[in-house]
Amino acid sequence: MLQVSLARLKQGHWTSRYPLELPTLPDRFRGLPVVDSTRCPEGCRECAQVCPTDAITTDGGIRIDLGRCLFCTDCMEACPEGAIRYTREYRLSTRTRADLIAQEHKTLKLAEALDEKSRRLFGRSLKLRQVSAAGCNACEADVNVLSTIVFDLGRFGIQFVASPRHADGLVVTGAVSENMRSALLTAYEAIPAPKLVIAVGACAISGGPFVDNPEVHNGCASLLPVDLFIPGCPPHPWTILDGLLRLLGRLDNTPAK
Amino acid sequence: MNANIGFACIRNGMAIPRRDIPELPFADFRARVVEAVASGGRLACLFGDPASTLSSGADAMSLYAVIADSVRAQIHVGTTRLTSDRFPSLTPDCHPAHLFEREIAEQYGLRPEGHPWLKPVRFHASYRPGHDAWDRPEGTTPIVGVMDYYRVEGEEIHEVAVGPIHAGVIEPGHFRFQCHGEQVFHLEISLGYQHRGAERTLVGGPNKRTLHTIETVAGDTSIGNATAYCLAVEALTGAQVSARAQALCGIALELERLANHTGDLGALANDVAFLPTASFCGRLRGDFLNLSALLCGNRFGRGMIRPGGVGFDLDDARKAQFLDKLAGAYRDVTVAVDLLWDSASVQARFENTGAVSLDDCRAIGMVGPAARACGMECDIRQDFPWGIFRFKQIPISTSESGDVFARAFVRWLEIGRSVDFIRSLLSEFPDGPVRAEVGKLRPNHLAVALVEGWRGELCHVALTDDQGRFARYKMVDSSFHNWNGLMLALRDQQISDFPLCNKSFNLSYCGHDL
Repeated sequence: MLQVSLARLKQGHWTSRYPLELPTLPDRFRGLPVVDSTRCPEGCRECAQVCPTDAITTDGGIRIDLGRCLFCTDCMEACPEGAIRYTREYRLSTRTRADLIAQEHKTLKLAEALDEKSRRLFGRSLKLRQVSAAGCNACEADVNVLSTIVFDLGRFGIQFVASPRHADGLVVTGAVSENMRSALLTAYEAIPAPKLVIAVGACAISGGPFVDNPEVHNGCASLLPVDLFIPGCPPHPWTILDGLLRLLGRLDNTPAK
Repeated sequence: MNANIGFACIRNGMAIPRRDIPELPFADFRARVVEAVASGGRLACLFGDPASTLSSGADAMSLYAVIADSVRAQIHVGTTRLTSDRFPSLTPDCHPAHLFEREIAEQYGLRPEGHPWLKPVRFHASYRPGHDAWDRPEGTTPIVGVMDYYRVEGEEIHEVAVGPIHAGVIEPGHFRFQCHGEQVFHLEISLGYQHRGAERTLVGGPNKRTLHTIETVAGDTSIGNATAYCLAVEALTGAQVSARAQALCGIALELERLANHTGDLGALANDVAFLPTASFCGRLRGDFLNLSALLCGNRFGRGMIRPGGVGFDLDDARKAQFLDKLAGAYRDVTVAVDLLWDSASVQARFENTGAVSLDDCRAIGMVGPAARACGMECDIRQDFPWGIFRFKQIPISTSESGDVFARAFVRWLEIGRSVDFIRSLLSEFPDGPVRAEVGKLRPNHLAVALVEGWRGELCHVALTDDQGRFARYKMVDSSFHNWNGLMLALRDQQISDFPLCNKSFNLSYCGHDL
């Protein structure tokens, strides 16, 4: 017992002061991509051509679909002029699929809070059932990490529960394999209404690296009504927490940089 | 095992022309695999290949076997051409072939006659329309989880079915327990829920999506699988990777091990309700993941390992920061994990729970920390060294009891050795570029890459066609070998110990389901 107490003292205090203090991410962290099309050579489509998930379109200015984006380095490396770069902006979640487009001179429309009635229901106590439907265990890991002492999800009244019948919403990760479709729908049906659906990661939003494989359904949006899209491969835990709190109206809606 | 078994003999991370691989009559092929495995060889991979024989008839099929001889660090590759859709199963005489043959049956409709346990693996239709190992009518789609489960009959026997969705934030899989009260007579595990077609889509590559598919085959093993893939590609292109890049690859791989082993020790503590270590290690796992992010911007090491080297360098300032954070994390993880060994309540739950004997471990071909916990001295970093591991060795960490304690303790030993390894590499960090040019893949070649991921052996086999594209790309996750170990570990255990046993293996579902 004495040893446990001593160890506790040695470990120190690690719970972040978020949201009073915002997190600092490592300098190489790849958050919101920004585009400087003045650097684009005439007719160049290099970035779009190398993008592994075809997240980039160049007609009428570069547009990056964050729902497909793996936040990899391929477009940056391919661009001869440095027209695309990643920022450390981790706030990326949106309420609609269409809002997940990053383009020049346009700030990302971050997730708005639920309506007042829903917020009264879920704002101070949100129980979520997570279902991995062909996720690679990276999104799952960074959802799980929210329950550790650094993020301490419980202090926001958010908790992952074992039974869908105890849940207010579903967190989906993975591209939704045909082999998980039925189990995912069963879990959704078992959650009492009104209920939320949150898609976490490129796979759950668009199929990610597995997009258009016949074995998957390109994410959960074709099967379920999604209330919150949290992009990334995987999204950083801060991105996920930011999205959840925005949905509940617990953060002010400062636009992304 | 014999140094010459009549197969082609190569080293880890080497490519050979496909014409140099002896094509044996099936009976010979079978006899040599059985004999090699019986005399100490490891069946690293056994797979079907349709493309190689297209010239001699569209429906002809070949089998390939990859046998690893850890004594001589040699890898033996042999092949045989099948003359019909049925062949005498290897499994009755060579247990490690069991799941491979089920996979071959499911993928290509080839029936291993006499296979004792011929059930689907991932529940998808045959890749060769009109050929089905179970003679299911063409066009029927198998339903995941629907198969004949092993059943124990008796008045006081009950069956417990769990999953695919489990109570925690984890991947899906289905578990069937045959129980007598609390006691488990048998556990059967049926997977396939995570099947995304990952391996199938690699054919025709490499293309712009290939490396990203590899990195997400098992997200917690992004570095391990990317390392194996790049090793295969470098073998096929003849790319020369600089010493500095090799060192960085090794550091990334050990960081992945540190993060996952730390997380596992915390999760094991959680499963025996020992909350101090559980909560400390939850945070510390994140600290190791953040070290990967310091290196390459991503907590899972995405973007770090690239054909020809690495995507990111480690300059002096970053190196100092890296070592400082590594020291802090290691100091704290030592305090956290020492509590486990000093707490009688934890040891009482760890010891003699879920034991696998060394004989069983060998017979079914287990790998990685789970095998080392049974006393098996196997570690690709030592036995088949590649990259930086050819120049700097990591001692093999083993234990003896094969139980939850041993699996936990091996992880702890490996944490210490990985930290030492990283520090030692950085103390004499070589100069040089971090990425070399990679040319085109050699046509009609085969390359084998073995890597010791944090769960154990990862085996990638790449076959190129006459255009230098992947005709077949076979991946074997360590979990493919080890799920059977978990089944054996549960025999005669209390069903309430399942979560603890499961966590002590912590196997990959998606790495298995591909």
